[in-house]
Amino acid sequence: MYFFAPTVTDTKGEETVAGDALNVIGLQKSFGKNHVIRGIDLYLRAGSVTVLMGANGAGKSTLVKIICGHHAADGGTMTLAGVPFAPSDAADAISQGVVTVHQSIDDGVIPDLDVANNLMLDRLVERGHGLFVREKRLREEAAKVAAAMGIEVNLRARVSDLSVADRQMIAIARAMARAPKVLILDEPTSSLSATEADRLFALIDRLRNQGVAILYISHRMSDIRRLADRIIVMRDGAISGSFETAPLDYEAAVTAMLGHRMTEVDVDVAPGTAPILQLRGLKLAPGATPIELEARDGEVVALVGLLGSGKSKLAEILFGISPPASGEMEIAGNPYSPRSVPDAITQGVFMSPKDRGTNAVIPDFDIADNMTLPFLRSLSAGSFLSARRQRARADSMVDQLGIVCQSVGDGIGTLSGGNQQKVMIARWLMQPARVLLLDEPFQGVDIGARRDIGRHIRATAQGRATLVFLAEIDEALEIADRIVVLHESEVVGEHRNQDIDLAALVSNISGAVAPLSGPAS
Amino acid sequence: MTDRLLDFAIRYGFLILLVGLIVYFSVAAPGFFGPLSAAFVLQSVAITGILALGVTCTLVVGGFDLSIGAVATSALMLSAYSMVILEHPTLVAVALCLGMGALVGLINGLLIVKFRVPDLLATLGMMFLLIGLQRIPTQGNSIATGMSLGDGQFAEGTFSAAFLWLGRHRFDLFIERLLPMPVVVFLGIAVLIWLFLGFTRHGRLMYAIGSNERAAGLVGTPVNRYKIAAYMISGVTASIGGILLAARLGRGDIASGNNLLLDSVAAALIGFAVLGAARPNAFGTAIGALFVGILLQGMTMMNAPYYTQDFVKGAVLVAALVFTFYLSSRRSGAGH
Repeated sequence: MYFFAPTVTDTKGEETVAGDALNVIGLQKSFGKNHVIRGIDLYLRAGSVTVLMGANGAGKSTLVKIICGHHAADGGTMTLAGVPFAPSDAADAISQGVVTVHQSIDDGVIPDLDVANNLMLDRLVERGHGLFVREKRLREEAAKVAAAMGIEVNLRARVSDLSVADRQMIAIARAMARAPKVLILDEPTSSLSATEADRLFALIDRLRNQGVAILYISHRMSDIRRLADRIIVMRDGAISGSFETAPLDYEAAVTAMLGHRMTEVDVDVAPGTAPILQLRGLKLAPGATPIELEARDGEVVALVGLLGSGKSKLAEILFGISPPASGEMEIAGNPYSPRSVPDAITQGVFMSPKDRGTNAVIPDFDIADNMTLPFLRSLSAGSFLSARRQRARADSMVDQLGIVCQSVGDGIGTLSGGNQQKVMIARWLMQPARVLLLDEPFQGVDIGARRDIGRHIRATAQGRATLVFLAEIDEALEIADRIVVLHESEVVGEHRNQDIDLAALVSNISGAVAPLSGPAS
Repeated sequence: MTDRLLDFAIRYGFLILLVGLIVYFSVAAPGFFGPLSAAFVLQSVAITGILALGVTCTLVVGGFDLSIGAVATSALMLSAYSMVILEHPTLVAVALCLGMGALVGLINGLLIVKFRVPDLLATLGMMFLLIGLQRIPTQGNSIATGMSLGDGQFAEGTFSAAFLWLGRHRFDLFIERLLPMPVVVFLGIAVLIWLFLGFTRHGRLMYAIGSNERAAGLVGTPVNRYKIAAYMISGVTASIGGILLAARLGRGDIASGNNLLLDSVAAALIGFAVLGAARPNAFGTAIGALFVGILLQGMTMMNAPYYTQDFVKGAVLVAALVFTFYLSSRRSGAGH
């Protein structure tokens, strides 16, 4: 038994033959007091692509983790092709035919081995496999798999030398070598370019025709339009919308994703006073359309865009991590071209980076040390740190931001995600900034902490220009005075955050020129 | 209750063990407890301890310096070459050695930071290079006054009295001529590095680099400069160790200092377990060096044969590592 042979039934275009591959009924999951999944009913059809949409914290990733055996459900049942399915761990789920390709691609491949070995790796693990690797046969079989998946790379190339898209393909091909009934793809295009994504879509089309039930998690509208047979929308741990009659109503799906939550926070829009940060003809990459942008004193500007829209690149340029391709920046009329991060900080430009786990948190340090890290100089006499002043400063920030902790001497790891993020934001509020950059400040943050952070950022906005880089529309609506939309390194829209035209905003973000309509395929 | 007990064990276990050891040897081995014996223990660990304090700095920034032993023996040979063959005065010889240590640290740092060579490999390469280099000027021979220079001449220089003073002088404390100079240097460097790592913002930033280099860089820490500085500190302390060794031996002995690397790395790693720090720290390193010294001194006085020493050091190291990593992970696991 090998590859997808057993599941290749004649399902091409025939909806009637395809049954439910996976059926989920009344799924429940809590983490402590946090009720994350509140009764989810879901089915996946063989030979069809179901797109799962949902804002941050809607419970998408928890749902996926339950299906792929990472977490156990607290309640509810799952059946796989009619048979009860309760995976004890990830390996069990895979052996039963539910395979997941996670967001971080490098979990799915061994970078130092060549392509052929990567494709055949799972065969090497099998108990029946002999001691010696038969190199010639391995390469022949790898070539067969590659051909079946439409992978056109040199099988002897090291995976680490390949492009992200090729690595992604190989990860999926490896997953497919196990002949899955259900394939879950978690934001697979998040690090792919448009042409790379097209290759992935072609592969997904092929798998759909082979009768695999595919759950595709994304909120990238262009992907969804291209692939979706059905759309399921999650919000606050429950299904808030399900769309399956063609043509799919994408706008309704987006509304179901955002819910009415955006009206819960009323932003008192301020236009700002004197301009502080000005970008003139700034090109993020050679050949990109130049960006013109102004941010004023007291104003909070949200830069919204999908992954790959160039917003992270813009944040890096502003913080002196990488230089722009061309163009000029000014702060309060003076030319600004930071050579390095320390240089940017000296000139009053502070940034709280995204992915706090890798980019911000010092895991060995306590709360006070983590918070005061950028400005230790101001808390020392000579070179010697004053522990007393450090604690006093940290204590006052803890009060201002409502950080829930026993003492600032506790390890940062003892805090919840939301409180950790508050510490990371507090870090850059310890001294007045000219320009404050917040890259995805609400990542992995519960809604309460998100409100606290948003309120505090808005309350302290006077005296600086604040730029917030976000992927989620609803987060932008909560915090910004003005929303600027980036798409493929270009400013494609600008909206004052008052009586905003949501449909226009959404189509800006997804880069659609024409109004939203049925699937492109 | 068990949590608090575990916490107490992690924090004070190693120090209690140390005190227990001293009490046991004091009772079991007559003559163990006394100033002379204490001075002897300190003398035996002083040079290893100095090297260990340097390597602690590289451990703090998440690196490792394998070249310290070779830097120390290079400093030993260089000081002998400088004084015995080139007949330099003391000050020049010492300056040469310190400069050599700083230069080696700089090269190590640049290899790691600029050329992206992994720290273990860069310093392993440097160790190899130095071991070879120190033999070339003397054709692989040790250096001593009166040695033949090959062309019918003989080396006429000597180690100056001032240089030998660095290794052999003993200060009066309780008893006349008790405290050897290397011990004073060791304690001085220990206090300096302890203050530097624990109480200055530079030390704090170095720990931040060791814990999450990316995050440290994104708050504006000049990561590369601190990493190079750490290797330079390590190089300089290793060369100080080499100078003291040369001054104690009074000759450029090519075979000396073979054990320096392993002993000092062991001391630094044992230091992880002291006070439950679970990370490199100067106080722990000094205690780690002392622990090994006391154990060996006590065992020697109880007539344990010399060839068991390495085994004992290894056993202490493994025990300390288990203590650090296993127990600490249990503690943080219980915290959730």
